[in-house]
Amino acid sequence: MRYGRAPEVLRDIDLNLEPGSFHFLTGATGAGKSSLLKLIYLAARPSRGLISLFGRDVNAMARRDLPFVRRRIGVVFQEFHLLDHLSAFDNVGLPLRIAGARIEDYRADVIELLQWVGLGGKIHAFPPTLSGGEKQRLSIARAVVNKPDILLADEPTGNVDHAMALRILRLLVEMNSLGTTVVIASHDQDLVRRSGMPVLHVHDGGLHLIGAAPQASAAEPAPPEPARPESARPEPVPHDDPEDPEAQSEPEPPPAAEGEA
Amino acid sequence: MSPARAPHNAPADFRAASLLPRQDERAGGLVFTVAVLAFLACLAVIATLAADRAARGWVTQLSSSATIQVRPSGDETGPEAAARAAETAAAVKGVVEARALDRKAAETLLEPWLGKGNLPADLPLPFLVTVELDPKAPATAVSLDQAMAHAHIDASVDDHSRWMQDVRRSGNLVRVIAALACALIASAAGSMIAFATRQGLAARRDVVEVLHLCGAEDSFIANLFMVRFSSLAFRAAAYGAIAAAAAGALTRLAGGSDGFTPALPISWLDLASCIAAPLLGAAVAAVSAKTVATRILRAQP
Repeated sequence: MRYGRAPEVLRDIDLNLEPGSFHFLTGATGAGKSSLLKLIYLAARPSRGLISLFGRDVNAMARRDLPFVRRRIGVVFQEFHLLDHLSAFDNVGLPLRIAGARIEDYRADVIELLQWVGLGGKIHAFPPTLSGGEKQRLSIARAVVNKPDILLADEPTGNVDHAMALRILRLLVEMNSLGTTVVIASHDQDLVRRSGMPVLHVHDGGLHLIGAAPQASAAEPAPPEPARPESARPEPVPHDDPEDPEAQSEPEPPPAAEGEA
Repeated sequence: MSPARAPHNAPADFRAASLLPRQDERAGGLVFTVAVLAFLACLAVIATLAADRAARGWVTQLSSSATIQVRPSGDETGPEAAARAAETAAAVKGVVEARALDRKAAETLLEPWLGKGNLPADLPLPFLVTVELDPKAPATAVSLDQAMAHAHIDASVDDHSRWMQDVRRSGNLVRVIAALACALIASAAGSMIAFATRQGLAARRDVVEVLHLCGAEDSFIANLFMVRFSSLAFRAAAYGAIAAAAAGALTRLAGGSDGFTPALPISWLDLASCIAAPLLGAAVAAVSAKTVATRILRAQP
């Protein structure tokens, strides 16, 4: 992949994301992590090569078919990409509304999802009034509301503190445990290390599977099994504020991956 | 994620918000411009309807009458020849009444050109017969000519067809000019909306990008702009139409019984034509916005 006449950002990449897999995507700034994600969520086209999504060649796909493929992909952006003029409720409900659902049909689901990400008290709030962590969780809620087959997150913890980063990671792991394929681009080596998930490392335009990151050290608490509510619904994030000392309870680290890609 | 149906009692006042931001500093200028265009279009239509009514009235008047100019021959005097021509014409099918004009009536006809009392007594004047025709089945100039020839009267029949053609031509010309004016105004409004749509898409690139990434089709996004600008045009055109209707009503009131002037007899009914302006404005805006937005979106990667 290249931008205009610039040198290729990514080349000779052979990657197969198995359904239900979980990968971290690491690499130096400018290495091409975001570009790789863009290729997957169809914001960019490869200058050469083949990308197949859900069994279909992206390059051969008609433009009119792209939206229906995008609806199967949830994206969490580093810069959130929330619509400031829409409330938290409307931002999260956006993919469903675009898919043609009526507000009566998705109202309860969206409210529940907002509560799941700890924003139940800010349903009517607008993004400019939210903190970075709240925006990030709102962005996650919007990404998952459509129950996507693939969830891509570009530096989802880049704007939050460590505690909130762990909470967000837990949300993504819970999503994965429900069958969603997850790819997280991150600079946060500590987060990657603690997750124990396989790592795809972008370097010099190529992609290298490192395998599971080293587990957390013995000094750190062992990652417990995640709670599994009977409804198979991920546990809600505590309704708190990162700056609230009472709410700063140590979050549970995410579970280790059961297998490698 | 498999969120089960929540037991929460969601507030009943949830409504889907507009996906495009409401505030737009350019909207005020656009509303004003479209309102002015609608105002001009409505005035053009009102004037056209009034002019058309005047033209139709004139044609009706001309087509329901004819004039016979009689030239006396032999021992017959002018008034005698005119009287006989009137009698002959009255017997023709399709003629309601025929009346010979006396010299005084002929002088009255010439007054606008020569003034009152300026005619020398010995000036020869044409001897005229005015013929009132049956409006349903009027007699033709040919049948009147034949009747005059049969009665051995040297006469020329003028059924006003030349004048009617002129009036009809003028009326048609006014209609064409008005239609062109309205088409130009609609084009100007469409261009304005197209420009605003381009600006809107450029200014809301972030919104468009998010909508695309959330799975919106080009038509979905184009429809947002279509609805936005058609509703704006509807509102703006309504302002212009109301102003034009008010101006027309004032003109009608000030014009008295003629409805302004005999050439523009404005009717109260003409003002009702303004109702169409908001609908047409919205339609033009909808087509323009949808077309431009779709073209731009399809050009994006």
